[in-house]
Amino acid sequence: MLVPQTKNIGLPLMNLMRFKGLPILQQLHIEEQLLRTSSENWCIVNDGTNDPTVVMGVLGKPAELLEIESVLDDQVPVIRRFTGGGTVIVDHGTVFVTFICNKEAVPNLQPYPRPIMSWSSSLYSKVFQGIGDFHLRENDYVFGNHKFGGNAQSITKNRWIHHTSFLWDFNVQNMSYLKHPKRAPAYRSARSHLDFICRMKDYMPRSTFMDKTVEATETQFSLRPIQLEAIRTCLEAEFCPSSRFLTNEELEAAAVALQS
Amino acid sequence: MALRMWASTTANALKISCATTKAPVFSLSRCFSTVLDGLKYAESHEWVKHEGPVATIGITDHAQDHLGEVVFVELPEPGGSVSKGKGFGAVESVKATSDVNSPISGEIVEVNSKLTETPGLINSSPYEGGWMIKVKPSSPSELESLMGPKEYTKFCEEEDASH
Repeated sequence: MLVPQTKNIGLPLMNLMRFKGLPILQQLHIEEQLLRTSSENWCIVNDGTNDPTVVMGVLGKPAELLEIESVLDDQVPVIRRFTGGGTVIVDHGTVFVTFICNKEAVPNLQPYPRPIMSWSSSLYSKVFQGIGDFHLRENDYVFGNHKFGGNAQSITKNRWIHHTSFLWDFNVQNMSYLKHPKRAPAYRSARSHLDFICRMKDYMPRSTFMDKTVEATETQFSLRPIQLEAIRTCLEAEFCPSSRFLTNEELEAAAVALQS
Repeated sequence: MALRMWASTTANALKISCATTKAPVFSLSRCFSTVLDGLKYAESHEWVKHEGPVATIGITDHAQDHLGEVVFVELPEPGGSVSKGKGFGAVESVKATSDVNSPISGEIVEVNSKLTETPGLINSSPYEGGWMIKVKPSSPSELESLMGPKEYTKFCEEEDASH
């Protein structure tokens, strides 16, 4: 007698898209369009991105956050993304996980920053159970007091996005493009970047992390794998995403303004 | 009324300050979110104060409390228009941008430029110094579909209780 699969009955549906090495700007464009034009729930996992890229929050001021001369000299691309939060430099060592949800998708969750952050940390607590003293510290994912995951959100009238860049590995040299931000979490305690962050690879294999994240998500959602090609025709051609590269002219103007 | 007295007594017992820059006409203790008489409220937690030809819009005490410290406010330009239920700006609290939606339709006649330098006014004075835009309503009847203070208070209590 066949026993029917019952584990996902009654769970809200969530579409799952997995990428490897998708350029981060393309990921951000897809995410913003899904947030603003889709009525479904989405989980996006992107295993690394191609070129090292600086990604600032929507309100980031380049002169305050970046070593602009180095960024310009080394032609490091800089993106201003559509969500809030701080500045990261991402590359093939970064693993991205994004949740885009209707406000009713998670029962009893108010669509505000702190409840959403708390919900996401409880999901990742399942992923990192017993590993490395994982917890949410202010708004970062940490092992102990070392950050390995940075979060950002955007909340609209009926939906929200919460996305995370995980430092599975990083290039020490790349961190030198980032200044110590004016607004830093208290637990950072004025530590330098390299003393503040840690590598997830010291705690968990990469594929294990992604698989466990999907498993943890499946405890709350019925996941439906989707390929990008399947939705490409549905993504509105008229939609104009706001995440974009900053031009050299903009970065140079920011550097000049800082000096004056 | 009984709830307000109980809340006030509790606030005194806990020695919680209820000071505001200007005493609101009707308020609960700041143990709970403040809701003012004379305003109308949207389910997305914006308020409207209609005085003569102009309506002033901002976000409520409930909203600012749930958002956390506001570090930036994105506002439109005067002369633009807003539509009921559609976003006209955003507030950034740590790590998150949150859309702000207009409860009514109309032409933007003034924008609170102080919020550029002092976004924290949204937290400290959501109904006074933290106002966001002033609008000439194009459909005054839209105000009638908004909630009054008692209805909005109940809405917030139910929303918080269910989460």
